[in-house]
Amino acid sequence: MLRTMKHLTGGVAMAAALVLGLGGAAQAKTELTMYYPVAVGGPLTKIVDGLVADFEKENQDIKVNAIYAGNYNDARIKALAALKSGNPAQLSVMFSIDIYELIEQGAIVAFDDIVETAEEKAWLKKFYPALMENGITQGKTWGIPFQRSTIVMYYNKDAFRDAGLDPDSPPATWGDLVSAGKKLTKADGSRWGMMIPSTGYPYWMFGALTKQNGQTLMHGDGNKTYFDAPATVEALQFWKDLGNKYAVMPKGTIEWGTLRQNFLEGKTAIMWHSTGNLTTVKKKAKFDFGVAMLPAKKSRGTPTGGGNFYIFKKTSPAERKAALTFIRWMTAPERTALWSKQTGYIGTRPDAYQTTILKDYVVEFPPAAVARDQLDFATAELSTYQTGRVRKLLDDAIQAALTGSKSPGDALGSAQKQADRLLKRYR
Amino acid sequence: MNHVYGWLLLLPAAVFLLAFTHYPTVATLMQSFFSESTALRPSVFVGLENYELLAEDEIFWKVLNNNLWYAAGTIPTSIAIAILMAIWVNRRLPGRGLVRMAYFTPTILPMIAVANIWLFFYTPEIGLFDQIGAVFGMPSQNWLGDPDLVLGSLIVMTIWKEAGFFMIFYLAALQSLPPELEEAAHLEGAGRWYFFWRVTFPLLMPTTLFVMINAVINSFKMVDHLFILTKGGPDNASSLLLYYIFEVAFSFFDESYAATLTVVLLVLLAVIAVGQFVLMDKRIHYR
Amino acid sequence: MNDVARLTLLDRVEISAAWLLGIIWLMPLLYAFWAGFHPPEYATRLDLLAPLTLENFAEAWSQAPFARFYLNTFILVTSILIVQFILCTLAAYAFARFEFWGKDVAFVLVLVQLMIMPEVLIVENYSTMSSLNLVDTIAGIGLPYMASAFGIFLLRQTFKTIPKELEDAARIEGCSVLQILWKVYVPLARPTYLAYGLVSVSYHWNNFLWPLIITNSVETRPLTVGLAIFGAPESGVDWSVISAATLLAVAPLLVAFLLFQRQFVQSFMQAGIK
Repeated sequence: MLRTMKHLTGGVAMAAALVLGLGGAAQAKTELTMYYPVAVGGPLTKIVDGLVADFEKENQDIKVNAIYAGNYNDARIKALAALKSGNPAQLSVMFSIDIYELIEQGAIVAFDDIVETAEEKAWLKKFYPALMENGITQGKTWGIPFQRSTIVMYYNKDAFRDAGLDPDSPPATWGDLVSAGKKLTKADGSRWGMMIPSTGYPYWMFGALTKQNGQTLMHGDGNKTYFDAPATVEALQFWKDLGNKYAVMPKGTIEWGTLRQNFLEGKTAIMWHSTGNLTTVKKKAKFDFGVAMLPAKKSRGTPTGGGNFYIFKKTSPAERKAALTFIRWMTAPERTALWSKQTGYIGTRPDAYQTTILKDYVVEFPPAAVARDQLDFATAELSTYQTGRVRKLLDDAIQAALTGSKSPGDALGSAQKQADRLLKRYR
Repeated sequence: MNHVYGWLLLLPAAVFLLAFTHYPTVATLMQSFFSESTALRPSVFVGLENYELLAEDEIFWKVLNNNLWYAAGTIPTSIAIAILMAIWVNRRLPGRGLVRMAYFTPTILPMIAVANIWLFFYTPEIGLFDQIGAVFGMPSQNWLGDPDLVLGSLIVMTIWKEAGFFMIFYLAALQSLPPELEEAAHLEGAGRWYFFWRVTFPLLMPTTLFVMINAVINSFKMVDHLFILTKGGPDNASSLLLYYIFEVAFSFFDESYAATLTVVLLVLLAVIAVGQFVLMDKRIHYR
Repeated sequence: MNDVARLTLLDRVEISAAWLLGIIWLMPLLYAFWAGFHPPEYATRLDLLAPLTLENFAEAWSQAPFARFYLNTFILVTSILIVQFILCTLAAYAFARFEFWGKDVAFVLVLVQLMIMPEVLIVENYSTMSSLNLVDTIAGIGLPYMASAFGIFLLRQTFKTIPKELEDAARIEGCSVLQILWKVYVPLARPTYLAYGLVSVSYHWNNFLWPLIITNSVETRPLTVGLAIFGAPESGVDWSVISAATLLAVAPLLVAFLLFQRQFVQSFMQAGIK
């Protein structure tokens, strides 16, 4: 009976079930709507659809409408708009840094308030702590890591050989980076030593530089920023110097979206970019390339990035349970491993790397492990109350410094002053 | 009876205009006197506070300034090119249909799509402009990443997008001019340059007014390309007023401040409209 | 008259310039064809020996539900056009041929929309739509554009040029107001309808900002918003696929334009849009 029913579309199945007196089974079906964004390349929508279909097969009582919502910003707008308009989603994948905004809007519910059994509670502790940082505040867990990334350094081994550098020892410190960059940069402008993108998500790249310099950008309560700390200013000065003083990187801002193409065409020997690009680079690079952890000043460092699962407040207990079931299913080790392999996102939990899927993959393609190993040095991505505005303040300050319209100290000083004004009332 | 018919005929359109033009205009003005509302803090009357914020908002002034330069950069040039195109296409020209089509095609391409193609043109090192430049030994330019170049780059793209559309209006106007005029001028030995400035251009004035209104509105309304090309960067060097409004309203969720910015845009458009009509009215003889 | 006019040097220069400008103006489209029909490794370099491929189109098609986007755009554009024609015709007729109380003020109030286009009022219109429960509907995209000052203005100008005697004759035959409009004015204003219709269709086919704001889902998104998926530089730009997607999105409009180019331009002339 079930077999035939599956061949019918939802509405027809429902009607047929009612007619046949099977209403009980059909009525128990919990329907979930989920928005999810895609921020890096690859046909992710297909993969998500496939996962959802598998889930529904295993959980006949839950139906999931997964809606692709554009980029992270779109996803948040859509989810909040849907909340206001009265036919909201029950769960969504949204930017990990949206947490304060979502809490302030009263949009989401903490996972601590949903988990009941000891097993469920233990599940909350299964993920890499660095990935949980953006999901925990006020002592509660609000977001579960799903499509998460960090920044890694992609480098062109052929270019390294060409410049007389050892292709198997990529620069590990800021000093190495500069000296390698100088050798890699060609005087005629046909190849740059390195590129760090400064549009799209400048604050993210900057989070790496500051962490490497021993500084975080904000307090864990999301109500204070450290934009004008000396180590922050120093980090920005270094970024600027790469272009202006050492001339190993083009001056001005570097476009996030086209950087990968620049790297693939050999116009830069090194690029810093999201791990989310790994699969595409692997597919398209015509040269021998390597992936390495970002270099260190005081220590290595990178912010984490990407999307978390959130559950919305406007949900019935049954919907919350179903959402939890779905999220737990999606983040199970095997699934996480498969997802990581297919997309290049990080496996979000240590036991995912114990699965045969990822074990084999790491052996076959060692760069896949770099992001994981780098998690030991990772910090939270910039996230505060008024996150959109605060983030723009920092983005603008970075771009102002890189393009030379302000000095790093002035730019960050005024960004800090304005951030303080915005965040005062949350302290 | 005419009163009734007149209003009845007008009514359907009036309802839509009231609902989606006049009401929101007034509502925007009202909203600008209230504070932002969140789940925790409902909106309250704050008088001119939003306007005080506006006066201190460096980004606003920068964006406004950008927008005025953007208008100044796009309007006269695209009109001049449109007239030139219309004159060329209006005369005997081998392959006239093809050329006319070439001029006009940008009009029917969506800005959001062509922005991606222009992104390729402008990309440093591997982009078309830099590749062409390299052939002539020019250094690579960071077209969209240099605050001194970015607005100019957007202006060039906008002119490309608009000129062909304006050309059609000029072409229509040129073809309605009596050909005897040119013959007479020719007989009297007037040069083409002289003829254009003394006869054609003045006769095209009504078209110019119409096109200019369009161009002005476009310069405040066209922001699609920013989503792809620059997102307003670097450091707001290419941000325009409407894009900033979008950011404030839909990324920062501050409807009140967005309304305040919208009021500025509305006032700006109103001033331009009135100014344009007063100014042009003196120079144009309507036919 | 000067059929056998010799081409002076100046003429030759001018013709070359006109052609050169045409080529420059076509560059983006030519590039889209280049990148769309060649493998990605040729996206940034010109190589006459590059193999042709349809791969990019297949990929673009598989990455987004284009069929649905086409349908949405088609529904959007046609419904806007039909309602615009009706509303603008009625209003234009009122302004062209009736003397009624408050006419001048009303006309100015209509013209306000020439300046204050719906794009400017996205913030308030969004809240209007959400209180009408029309967020994420195709109607929600279209409604702010249904009454068009441009259309009203254009048709009024055209109607004014139509001799009053025709209307009087029809009235004597016993035609009602709407019949007169339908039988006398509308047929005589056909070029204006065509010209305005083409402007409207291409405008809404290409419109982006408002649809982006007001739609949330695949079921309502028009092509332009769908196209932004490829464009979102977040994902790293792949020009080959983007070009293919762009061509897919503009193809219907482009083909229609190429086929009807002559009529299009002529209707502009006849419509007396000047």
